Amino acid sequence: MTATEQPAVDLREPAGWRRTKNQIATTLMALSFVIVLIPLGFVLFTVIAKGASAISWSFLTGGPIPPNVVPIGIGGMWPAIYGTLVITGLAAVIAVPLGVLGAIYVNEYGGRGPLAQVVRFMSDVMTGVPSIVMGLFIFSIWVLHFGYSGLAGAFALACLMLPVVIRSSEEMLKLVPDPLREASYALGATKSRVTLTVVLPAAIGGIVSGALLAIARAAGETAPLLFTILTVTATNANVFKGANTALSTQIFTNATQPYLGAQARAWGAALTLIAIAFILMIVARMVTARFTRYSR
Amino acid sequence: MDSPEQNVVASAQLPKPAALQHTAQDAFATSTGTPIFDAKGISIYYGSFKAVTNVSLTIYENEITAFIGPSGCGKTTVLRTLNRLNDLIPEARVEGEVDYRGANLYGSGVSPIAVRRRIGMVFQKPNPFPKSIYDNVAYGPRINGIRNKGKLDEIVERSLRQAALWDEVKNRLNKSGLGLSGGQAQRLCIARTLAVEPDVVLMDEPASALDPIATGKIEDLMHEIKSQYTIVIVTHNMQQATRVSDRTAFYSVLVNPDSDTRTGTLVEYGPTQQIFEDPQDPRTQAYVTGRMG
Repeated sequence: MTATEQPAVDLREPAGWRRTKNQIATTLMALSFVIVLIPLGFVLFTVIAKGASAISWSFLTGGPIPPNVVPIGIGGMWPAIYGTLVITGLAAVIAVPLGVLGAIYVNEYGGRGPLAQVVRFMSDVMTGVPSIVMGLFIFSIWVLHFGYSGLAGAFALACLMLPVVIRSSEEMLKLVPDPLREASYALGATKSRVTLTVVLPAAIGGIVSGALLAIARAAGETAPLLFTILTVTATNANVFKGANTALSTQIFTNATQPYLGAQARAWGAALTLIAIAFILMIVARMVTARFTRYSR
Repeated sequence: MDSPEQNVVASAQLPKPAALQHTAQDAFATSTGTPIFDAKGISIYYGSFKAVTNVSLTIYENEITAFIGPSGCGKTTVLRTLNRLNDLIPEARVEGEVDYRGANLYGSGVSPIAVRRRIGMVFQKPNPFPKSIYDNVAYGPRINGIRNKGKLDEIVERSLRQAALWDEVKNRLNKSGLGLSGGQAQRLCIARTLAVEPDVVLMDEPASALDPIATGKIEDLMHEIKSQYTIVIVTHNMQQATRVSDRTAFYSVLVNPDSDTRTGTLVEYGPTQQIFEDPQDPRTQAYVTGRMG
């Protein structure tokens, strides 16, 4: 038995202005994606092309950083790599706990109260402060009294990271559904318990990746460090005392020199910095995945 | 030591409390047991808005009490008043007195934390924590200070068995609670509530997001556990109220034409059979016969 024959329905999008609009919008989106990729690809390509030749085991682990006129191959960037890791690490130790605690206060405890509003407003204002102003601020309140040090640089970077950590953590805490909090309260949990055992674990993935993004961003900051750590060529193991150095400031000082050796060192330092940021991002992804293994 | 399974069987064989035995002479007469909650003329406000007015009712031990009524009539608001969960809403305020086992729930010095440890709640939408199934159930006992692994294992198994979920999850206790189906997740939430051995279990439309099979399982389990717990359930489903409850409270909405505000109130409260077969108030009659709401 065959069913009655009927003409096939045409389910294609009919030609006309709607279809044209769709095509224009699709093309524009694809185009803007490509345009966004161009500078990123160009930066990566240039830094790798010019920096890769500078990278060697002695470049990464050797020191001190030689004078500008010395050709590449002598000395190494270890003092700056060490400085970047230690200063950024110290800044993270200062800013991340403060920022996360601030976000917990603003979102869980402060609510619509005046203090929470002030913290929220101030962190917005702080986000807009140029990094060089942060450097000047630490210079005037710390460096003028206690001298240059890695610690001063860490303070400046922490000031830059703090508002980012507060706002990104607050957004993550906001995403924790209220029914989860209520479920915990209904079991007789205190507010601190609810926050520590339900809200924070549910938001920790986002908080960690937000914090690591802020750290990676701070690792590349130059201006606030110029005022606070000065720049030296030998490793200064004591982050609390004496001038220090970092990859970003070394890129700045070496790249502005007419000597080929200095320029090669700047490119090498740039590649090293990008690699450090890249490794941090991978760690961020892995940590996030580990913390959110129960949220699916 | 008795295994948890034997405990459940033993408690199921206990004689039913007097409150549950209906007499043949008077079908509506439900003898009264120990009062658990005694609300005396309570009104609930959100800021200046009066959400619920003039609710007085007594809820008895080891009974299932159902709250029914149209949307917006304050059933859930009253339910959340019974374990002080409305305290979480900054503008919410209760007038009148609610006694729980003779103590004023809103008296000075009463800790909402202590109240909620005795009066548990199951919510409308299943809300398991983003933790493993085991950690979900062990959460309550842990905040009560139980750290002993063996003791926790025992509580987790007993609670999951009570919630009729043990056989389905016993091999994946360390998997996320979010991976369960809706019905399983709701039974996990019930197990989580039972794990702290509360005196009362409040249920806010616990089956409204579930299919009839999952709903049936939850209703069966309510019958299973009511010999040990007092249950108050909010439901939109009148058949569910007749199936599970001993007493029913019918709420309705008073519309104030001057301010165009709607305030919920308790219209009628009595044995479930009476509310559905011989309601005293015309509004109750209209609702239960399907002519309104």
